[in-house]
Amino acid sequence: MAEIGDLFGRELRVINVGLEGFAVVLESLGVPVLHVEWIPPAGGDPAQARLLALLDDEDGA
Amino acid sequence: MSVRAANERALACLTSAQPVLVDCRPAREALGLDEHTVLHSGPPLPWERACPTMQAAILCAVRYEGWAADDAAARRLVESGRVTLSPCHHAGAAGPMTGIITASMPVFVVVNRQGGHRAHATVNEGLGKVLRFGANDASVLARLDWLAREAGPLLGAALRSAGGLDLRALMAQALRMGDEMHQRNIAASALLARALMPHLARVAAETGPVARVADFIAGNDQFFLNLGMAAAKAAADPCLKIAGSTMVATMARNGTDFGIRVAGLGPRWFTAPVNTPEGLYFPGFTAADANPDMGDSAIVETVGLGAFAMAASPAVVRFVGAGGLRDAVRVTEEMAEITLGEHPHFRIPALDERGTPVGIDIRKVVETGITPLINTGIAGRAPGTGQIGAGVVRAPLACFAQALEAVARAQGVA
Repeated sequence: MAEIGDLFGRELRVINVGLEGFAVVLESLGVPVLHVEWIPPAGGDPAQARLLALLDDEDGA
Repeated sequence: MSVRAANERALACLTSAQPVLVDCRPAREALGLDEHTVLHSGPPLPWERACPTMQAAILCAVRYEGWAADDAAARRLVESGRVTLSPCHHAGAAGPMTGIITASMPVFVVVNRQGGHRAHATVNEGLGKVLRFGANDASVLARLDWLAREAGPLLGAALRSAGGLDLRALMAQALRMGDEMHQRNIAASALLARALMPHLARVAAETGPVARVADFIAGNDQFFLNLGMAAAKAAADPCLKIAGSTMVATMARNGTDFGIRVAGLGPRWFTAPVNTPEGLYFPGFTAADANPDMGDSAIVETVGLGAFAMAASPAVVRFVGAGGLRDAVRVTEEMAEITLGEHPHFRIPALDERGTPVGIDIRKVVETGITPLINTGIAGRAPGTGQIGAGVVRAPLACFAQALEAVARAQGVA
């Protein structure tokens, strides 16, 4: 908790991953934000995500 | 073989192709096409499921061949099963829009000098009322007759005299001149005319036919489209034998379904309902008049051209309803997210000579939800209308999801 308290005691610099709305709000408040576009693989479909993992290049399938 | 190794092989197969235009001959000779067969675009399509625009084109082709005197008789013939309908892709050809090919129509012959695979496409009819857009009046039949009787034989003789024209070099050059080779083929058509004209003049016995063919080519900015499609098919088809690969080797539409074939899964189609393009319309037409997307021309996107090369063709961006150069670059960059690599021969000057994104990976499509974008002409929904505009359309995600499952089963991991 103390570390989090320290964090908010300093100037915030934010990396926002995923939903852009959070970045937009912070930017409107003058907070520097780096937004990273990201969505869950296969739109969050667990069956398709599993197939993607099984066919991943690194797994040598 | 691992998926990674298979995809490396498939991408090399696709991008090392050397398509050469060698001939133009009637489809009955070049394709061994049976009488009473009508080839159409896209995946297999039973008559009952064909959209009215496709049906109108099929009936027109039956009349053109003289198998029936009018549309009513042609319809009876088709509905009785005495006319076989089959995809162009199953016969070694690629057809734009309705994609109609019958035995008497002349087809260009393209040989991939890397392995010898052959692919074919009809002579592009030009704009306006043409069979590929579902038009079916007397002017359509008269043009088809002239193509078969005069233009086809002359083009064939000229190409045989030339000993073949290197299409890869021509396409790489056209890309540098602002064509993406789907909705813009002005440079490619001009380069082809430049290479072909001396041979046409040499083989012709009279000046009249040469002048008519020259006028026809010069009057059609999309003349090269069909040749680009045949070149793309000659490059993509050999990839269909590479087990384990998740690379797309065919994308095609028939006005009802969108279909893909995947390198690791051979001739099997994965289909989903086709989308309707969005774009710009000729005066007097609106989105309500648009037919769902059709044509084998998405084979050019499959090899890294068309919408995938949008950044090379700022002039086409507005024509297909997009904004400007920034939008064009954004499209090419987006397509790079779903492809395996960059084309070593098709390079984009405006992107510091980077190659066009090529080798669509079904895994990347499913993972990101980004579906291939395709530049396309828009046919009228009402039979006989012809072209009503141009725009862009997305491939449906469902095809890629089905194919992913099939690859996993084929690889024995699901």
